[in-house]
Amino acid sequence: MAALAGEHSISYDARGLAEPDAAVPKVSEISGTSAEFDAHDLSTRQINLELRWLIYEQGVTDVTVRNPGAKHSLGVGILSRCKITFDGSLGYFGCGIIDGPEVHVKGRVGWSACENMMSGVVVIDGNAGSLTGAAMRGGDLVVKGRVGARSGIDQKGGTIIVLGSAGSMNGFMMQRGRQIICGDVGHGLGDSMYDGTIYVGGKVRSLGIDCVPGEWTDADTEFVERKFRIYGLGGPPQLQKFVCGKKLYNYDNLEPSERKLVL
Amino acid sequence: MCGIAGIIYKDGEHPIGTEMTRMLQSMKHRGPDSTGYALYGQPSNLVIMRYKLADANTPRDFEYEDRLRRHRAEVERRLHALGAKVHELEEETEYAFRVTLAYDGDLKKLADFVEDVPDAEVLSLGHSLEIVKDLGDAEQVASEYELATFTGTHAIGHVRMATESDVDISGAHPYWAYPFSDVAVVHNGQLTNYFQWKRRLERSGHRFQSECDSEIIAVYLAEKMSEGATLEDAMRDSLEELDGVFTYICVTKDALGVAKDEMAAKPLVLYEADDLVALASEEIAIRAVIDREIDTYDPYEGEVMVWQR
Repeated sequence: MAALAGEHSISYDARGLAEPDAAVPKVSEISGTSAEFDAHDLSTRQINLELRWLIYEQGVTDVTVRNPGAKHSLGVGILSRCKITFDGSLGYFGCGIIDGPEVHVKGRVGWSACENMMSGVVVIDGNAGSLTGAAMRGGDLVVKGRVGARSGIDQKGGTIIVLGSAGSMNGFMMQRGRQIICGDVGHGLGDSMYDGTIYVGGKVRSLGIDCVPGEWTDADTEFVERKFRIYGLGGPPQLQKFVCGKKLYNYDNLEPSERKLVL
Repeated sequence: MCGIAGIIYKDGEHPIGTEMTRMLQSMKHRGPDSTGYALYGQPSNLVIMRYKLADANTPRDFEYEDRLRRHRAEVERRLHALGAKVHELEEETEYAFRVTLAYDGDLKKLADFVEDVPDAEVLSLGHSLEIVKDLGDAEQVASEYELATFTGTHAIGHVRMATESDVDISGAHPYWAYPFSDVAVVHNGQLTNYFQWKRRLERSGHRFQSECDSEIIAVYLAEKMSEGATLEDAMRDSLEELDGVFTYICVTKDALGVAKDEMAAKPLVLYEADDLVALASEEIAIRAVIDREIDTYDPYEGEVMVWQR
């Protein structure tokens, strides 16, 4: 087997962090509103700079990144409607704090994919690590493989769909939004969740504190079927619904934005 | 934070020194304090011992060189006194040595006798295990110890961000399971019942080379195996008995295993092919040796996996 270094070209600064070179590499082949570039010899920073340059300055709306090589923090902070395809896998914090793009990862992703995602769609063909969709606020995140522990921790909105199984403490401290896990889930499902809904197709090893079975309604059927239809996932499996039991936390005060709506 | 990595080939020997260096260098950002390797070459009839008599932090006072010379001579004298025949003695750095011995006596006695020399620490002992660890990043350590030429069957490595003990070679991973030969461990995390286990194992007659919680895991597993448990069984027991957040990799002369605690807070990504298994805290380390699109996954919480050669 050939043993080649995928990352050996990266240099590090005195703190051991990736090189601080802020020059846009401008290596893309641009064709109208589409572009494509090979990320094999680029550092994380260079790849993100190239993406921003294409999307914000060149008017490109459809980018393909070849050979992302599981580098970390790729595709973060993209705040515009566009299509990005990663032709390979991403390391941790891929597509974090995005607001708008439609991303397709033709591989797997590491920890904390789509952390703080605001809107848009991310479809991952492979597996995802732990903390997938942490603190996510909106948009849809579809993982066709399985996810690690604490997926959707502190989730505040949006939808996470996982075709495989999930690790422990899924939906830990979830505040809003929905999760559809087609496979099994580990211990402590929805532990300390405040709100939101978790649908599970497989076995649940144990429920977390204040996570209880919910009553299935027509709205649930409509929601799940619609999401599966949108992403071409076939017919959804038989699902159980879990919600917050509302025993653990009681709030007297509304958030300022909620108060404004009420008053 | 720390980073751990492992690679095991199911067939033949490979340049694991170079490959582990690439894996560890790609995770340098996870721990800049020290880098360590446990490398397994072809099993030998000879005993391979790596030991040190100082480290990079030791003050170079006016007596430093004399002290090193005296202690080195004393180690050699003691090896001779035990009937061990030195086959080859290599000076890896001014303070770290690799010695191959013809010796069929009690390895614990040998290690105890060497460690009794002031400043001496046996870093590894066995018929195929060699632990190399020092301050600095993987490229520095690999170049200093000439690891580019090391071929073997499996290896683990560690980049360390010191949280629980000092920045020195004693606090660096991997840990040899003193006094059990050919068993080593790298660990990412913290053990919260460290002192309980240290006292318990000390009462059973074990002694520890460091103040680092990770050393407990190596000795714990080796003791279980010495009582007849398989590596896998010992690792499963560790999930019940060791408390804290941890992901660790354990290696023996013919196996590599990984265990992840119930909290699953310490990352690990795994790739398994027909000819090898590679695993690391970050996928980027696996990519450093496999330059093609691969399917990897994270082991789940409470999972134990072992690959036998």
